[in-house]
Amino acid sequence: MSNYILYIITVTLLFVSYLRDKQKTNKALMKAWKAFENILPEFLGVIMLVGILLAILNPQVISSVIGTQSGWFGVILSAVVGAVTLIPGFVAFPTAAMLLKNGAGYMQIGAFVSTLMMVGVVTAPVEIKYFGKRLAIVRNVLAFLFSFIVAYIIGKVAGGI
Amino acid sequence: MKFIERYRFFLITVVITGIITIINRDIGLKALGVAGYSFKEMALVIPPIFVLLGLLDIWVPRETMMKYMGEGSGIKGIVLAIILGSAAAGPLYGAFPVAAVFMKKGVKFSNILIFIGAWSTTKIPMFLFELSALGARFAVTRLLVDIPGIILIAYILSSLISKEQVMQIYQNAESM
Repeated sequence: MSNYILYIITVTLLFVSYLRDKQKTNKALMKAWKAFENILPEFLGVIMLVGILLAILNPQVISSVIGTQSGWFGVILSAVVGAVTLIPGFVAFPTAAMLLKNGAGYMQIGAFVSTLMMVGVVTAPVEIKYFGKRLAIVRNVLAFLFSFIVAYIIGKVAGGI
Repeated sequence: MKFIERYRFFLITVVITGIITIINRDIGLKALGVAGYSFKEMALVIPPIFVLLGLLDIWVPRETMMKYMGEGSGIKGIVLAIILGSAAAGPLYGAFPVAAVFMKKGVKFSNILIFIGAWSTTKIPMFLFELSALGARFAVTRLLVDIPGIILIAYILSSLISKEQVMQIYQNAESM
């Protein structure tokens, strides 16, 4: 659905651009290609890395790590699993819902979902290329720590403790 | 040689996948399957993002971007950064090339970091998915904690990184 919107907006803008100035549009497309070609090696590497990680860390392994653990140790483990994996949302959220049904706590799931989205260990090569090593590392560390605050509050509010 | 240099990281992952496949065929094939799926996702979402980037780069003048999101843009810049990041589609690695064009256009560093944060956690399509899978209490709580969180992280990051380093990152973006 959101992909359709993205394509409709892009094609419309491209068309308007073409009507107003052919040359500028060509230049824009050249820039788009250059930017894409520039980062393509990192993209491809990240995609392969995600494949390897998800083949090893499948939902069963994840649930065995997160599902049975409780307390802060379980939260830390969940946060680590979320940080190193990169799972598309439509897989991640149903998995998280399933884990909740199987007895995982809200705090653990909160940590997992939060680091999954904010912390990107496998996407770090792309981030480093644009932001440099130092900023990429500090951002991910801060996001990781922040996820514990998120987990704690979600545990209180959604867990109803 | 230049090709090997640039694609070194990718080639290493390919070799690792090959070794895994030799050791355990099932896991190796699964890795390839997931990679194939991710590749399709990239092929679908990434091209329009880059075309939009190219158009933004050519058509929107630096002054306009600076006025709305540059130094001194205040609350307006923060809100715009959150809205733009939340309206995004695609995985987080798509956000970094957008950030590079924002840098070229003189967008304030903290606003770029807020944009990255919003792209990572408050994307609207993702939020709707989370809402249906994990319930309103979970999703809304996370959203309400995350919005101040990404702003806070952006300001802590800006204060931790020196002016020279920020300059260097902006210069690096010019060559992207």
